[in-house]
Amino acid sequence: MTHEHPHGDHDTVRGWRRWLYATNHKDIGTLYLCFAGLMFFTGGIMALGIRLELFQPGLQYWQPEFYNQLVTLHGVIMVFGAIMPAFTGLANWMLPLMIGAPDMAFARMNNWSFWLLPPAALLLVISLFVPGGAAAAGWTFYPPLSLQDGMGMDFAIFAIHLLGISSIMGSINIVVTVLNMRAPGMTLLKMPLFAWTSLITAYLLIAVAPVLAGAVTMLLTDRHFDTHFFKAAGGGDPVLFQHIFWFFGHPEVYIMALPAFGIVSQIIPTFTRKPLFGYVSMVYATCAIGIMSFTVWAHHMFSVGMPATAQLFFMFMTMLIAVPTGVKVFNWIATMWEGSMSFETPMLFAIGFVCLFTVGGFSGLVLSIAPIDTQMHDTYYVVAHFHYVLVAGALFSLFGAVYYWLPKWTGYMYSEKLGKLHFWWSMIAFNITFFPMHFLGLAGMPRRIPDYALQFTDFNALATVGSMLFGLAQLLFVYNIVHCVRGGVGKASACPWDGANTLEWQVASPAPHHTWHEPPSEAIVRRGLVAQALENRHE
Amino acid sequence: MKHTGPGWMIALLASMPAHAAEWTFQPPVTAIARDVGALHAWIMWIILAIFVLVFGVMFYAILRHRRSLGHEARHFHENTTVEILWTLIPLLILIGMAWPVAKVVLAQKDTRNPGLTIKVTGQQWLWQYDYLDHRVGFKSRLATPRTQINNYDGLPIQRSPRYLLEVDEPLVVPVDTKVRILTTSNDVIHSWGVPAFAVKQDAIPGYIRDTWFTATQTGTFRGQCVELCGRDHAFMPVVVKVVSKDEFSRWITQKQAEQQKVASDPNRVWTRAELMQHGEKVYKDNCASCHQENGKGLGPFPALTGSKIATGPITGHLAIVLKGKNAMPAWPSLSNEDIAAVVTYERNALGNKVGDELQPKAVAAARQ
Repeated sequence: MTHEHPHGDHDTVRGWRRWLYATNHKDIGTLYLCFAGLMFFTGGIMALGIRLELFQPGLQYWQPEFYNQLVTLHGVIMVFGAIMPAFTGLANWMLPLMIGAPDMAFARMNNWSFWLLPPAALLLVISLFVPGGAAAAGWTFYPPLSLQDGMGMDFAIFAIHLLGISSIMGSINIVVTVLNMRAPGMTLLKMPLFAWTSLITAYLLIAVAPVLAGAVTMLLTDRHFDTHFFKAAGGGDPVLFQHIFWFFGHPEVYIMALPAFGIVSQIIPTFTRKPLFGYVSMVYATCAIGIMSFTVWAHHMFSVGMPATAQLFFMFMTMLIAVPTGVKVFNWIATMWEGSMSFETPMLFAIGFVCLFTVGGFSGLVLSIAPIDTQMHDTYYVVAHFHYVLVAGALFSLFGAVYYWLPKWTGYMYSEKLGKLHFWWSMIAFNITFFPMHFLGLAGMPRRIPDYALQFTDFNALATVGSMLFGLAQLLFVYNIVHCVRGGVGKASACPWDGANTLEWQVASPAPHHTWHEPPSEAIVRRGLVAQALENRHE
Repeated sequence: MKHTGPGWMIALLASMPAHAAEWTFQPPVTAIARDVGALHAWIMWIILAIFVLVFGVMFYAILRHRRSLGHEARHFHENTTVEILWTLIPLLILIGMAWPVAKVVLAQKDTRNPGLTIKVTGQQWLWQYDYLDHRVGFKSRLATPRTQINNYDGLPIQRSPRYLLEVDEPLVVPVDTKVRILTTSNDVIHSWGVPAFAVKQDAIPGYIRDTWFTATQTGTFRGQCVELCGRDHAFMPVVVKVVSKDEFSRWITQKQAEQQKVASDPNRVWTRAELMQHGEKVYKDNCASCHQENGKGLGPFPALTGSKIATGPITGHLAIVLKGKNAMPAWPSLSNEDIAAVVTYERNALGNKVGDELQPKAVAAARQ
C-alpha cells in the first residue's frame, strides 16, 4: 500500500503547524476528540459544582444566579462542546478508514469546521467573567428570561452561531464523503452501520442547525435591536421560541443518539463474532427515527398548554418512536444470541449502553404519556431520563468507541484491567447518581433549583456522592488513554479484535497518516462484507 | 440494575411506605391525579414485563453464549417473521397504552363549567391570585425566612418542617368544586403546579392559559414553580388550602370586606402611619425582588437608600413608578393607594428620611 502521494510534505509538518493547518482527517479527528475531552471535563466540573450545592438543603456554596449559570453552561458545553464534537471527531477519524476513502471530501473546510470550535468554547468560558455573568436561562434559552440576562447571553448566542456553522460544515463533509467516496463494491446498503448513522445524523444536523441559529438570532435582535419576536408587550410570542427551539431540539436528541447506535452496532458484532442480526432493518429503523424525530417536538411543551388534538398527536408520535428504537434493541440482543461473546472493555460499554439506554427509553415512554408528563415535566424525572439517554447512551458509546479504536489510533493496546475498572466504576457511580433522580422527580422536585424542600434531602445527598465517584472514574479513563498513547501494554496488531471485519482493520496500527490513497481492492471489500453478512451467503 | 443487591432491596422496600413523600407521587386528591397514578402504575407493569423478558434473553445469552465457555458463534442473521413480529407486538402494546391515556387527556383539557375561576399571575418571584368572581386578589410569597436558606457559613440551621413550601398567604379554594385556573405572567415564564392535583400549567406573559381541578378532600397541598424563572426560581412555592364550602364563603366574604376597606374612599386622606404600614407590604410584594428588602439594591438593580430619585422631588419619584425607565417597569396596575403608600415608604424607610408623603388623591391626579 506504499504510494508516492502528490502532496508529499504534509507528513513532515511538525509542531503547532501540523494541527493549525491540519487537513488530514486523522489529525482533525484527533483534534475534535481532544477538544471534546477537554469540554467533557469542563462541563463535568460544572456538573460537580451543581451537585455540590445540592448535597444538602440550603445555599452553601453558590448564589442562585451563579447556580443558574452553572446549569446553563453545563448543558450547552456538554451538548455542543462535548458530545457533538466527539461524534464528529469519530466520524472524521473512522469514516474514511471504514469506507475505503483517502480522506474526507473537503479537507480545508474540515480544518475550518474544527477551528471554529475553540473560539466558541472560549466565548462560553469567558462569559462567566463578564458583568452579569454567563447565560443563566438554561440551555433552552427560553425568552423572556433569556432577554433579561446580561451580556453573557450574547456570548452564548455567538458561541452557538459558531458551533452551528461548524456542525453544518462537518455534516456536509460527512454527507459528501459517504455518498461519493466509498470503495468500489461498497454500495450504500453495504456500508458499516456507523457510516449509515453518521450519514443520517449529518442530514438531521443540516436540517436543524440553521433553525437553532435562526432562533438565537431572533433572541439577539430582541435583546438589542428592539424587535419583538418573543416579547409579548410588543405583540411577539414567547411560545414561538419554544416551538422553534424544540423543532431543532428534538432531532438534536437523535443527533446525539444515532451515532451511538452506529458505534454499538459495530462493537457488538465484533465481540460476539457474529454478523449484525438485521442490518437492513437497522438501517430502516435509523431512517425512521430520523424522520419521526421531526414530528414530536411539542412533547417538550405539554405544560405550555395546547389543544387536546395537538397534545394527542404529539403524544402518539412520540410513543411511536419506541417502535424503531425497540427494533434496534431487539437486533442487538439477537446479535448476541448464540454468539461467542467475550467481554473486553468496548463490549462492556456497549452492553452497558444497551441496558441503560433502554432504561432511558422506558422513562421516555413514561414521559410521552401526556397526563403523566404533566406530573413529571420540569422535575428531576426528566433530568434522570435524559442523563440515562445522554450519559449512559451517548457517552458510554463514546467510551466504548475510544477503547475499540484506540489500538488503531495509537498502535498500542490499552490496559484492559484499567478499562474494565473504568467501566464498572462508571456504571455503578452513574446509577447511584441518576437512578435516585427518578424518585425525586416522582416526588415532585423541580429541576434547575439550587435549594430544595427537606423531603428531597436523602436522594440528593446520594446523587451527589455518586456524581463525585463518577467524576473520579473519568480520571482513570484519561490515565488509561495517556498510558496507551505512551506504549500501553504492548503493540497492537492491525486487527487486535478477532471478530472485527470492517475495513479500518485492514490498515496497519497505528493507522498511517495517509490510508486508502488507492481504494481497497474489491476482494478486500468483499471479504469484509461477507464477514459482516452483507454479501449473499446466508446460512 | 446489577448493583441492587437483595439485602439493599429488602431494606428499601420495607422503608418505602414510611417515606412515600420522598420517592413517589403525592397522594392524589383529584380524580385526574388518581387517573395519572393508575396510568403510571399500569405502564410501569408493562415496562417491567418487557424489561424482564428482553433482558432475560440478553443476560441468558451473556451468561451462556460466551467464548470462555467454548460457545461457537452461529452465523445466522435476518429472519423476516421475527422482524415483523418485533415491530408489530410493540405497536400493539403501545395502542393498548394509548387508549386509556387519550381519555385522561381529554378529561384534563375539559375546563368547561367551573364553579370558581381564579387568575394566577406569575411574577418574579411570587404568585398573584385573583378571584375573578369575587373581586378579591392578593399576592402569595415564600414565608421561609432567608436566614434559614442562606447557609454560606456552613453553620447548622434549624429549618422549619415546611422549608421552601410555605407561603404568607395561600390560595384558598372550596372542596368538591371545579376550580378553573387561568395562568398568565407579568415578566418571564413561570409554571404553576400542584402535584397532588396533577395540575401543572405554564404562566406565560401575553397568554392566558387554563387548567382545572376538583379537590375531593380538604387540607393543604403544596407545589413549586416548575419553570426556570430566574434567580429565585426555587423560592416561589404554590400552597393551596382546600376548605369546606362554608368555610370558603366565610373566608371570601371577610377578604372582600378587608379589601373594600382599603379602596373605599378615593379622597380619604391617609395618615403617615397607615401609608407606611401599607407601603411596606406593597414594597415587599413588588419592589423588593429587585431593590432588595433593605433597599440596598443588588448587582444591576440600583439601591433606593440615598438614591437621587427616592430622596429628590416627590413628583419625579412618582413619575418613575408610574411610567418606568429602562429596566424599571411601569406600575400603573397598582392602585392609587398602593402607589401613594409605597412612595411614602421608600422616602421614609430603607434608610431614607425625606419626611414628605404622598396621598392617593395626588396619584390619581398624576395619572391624568
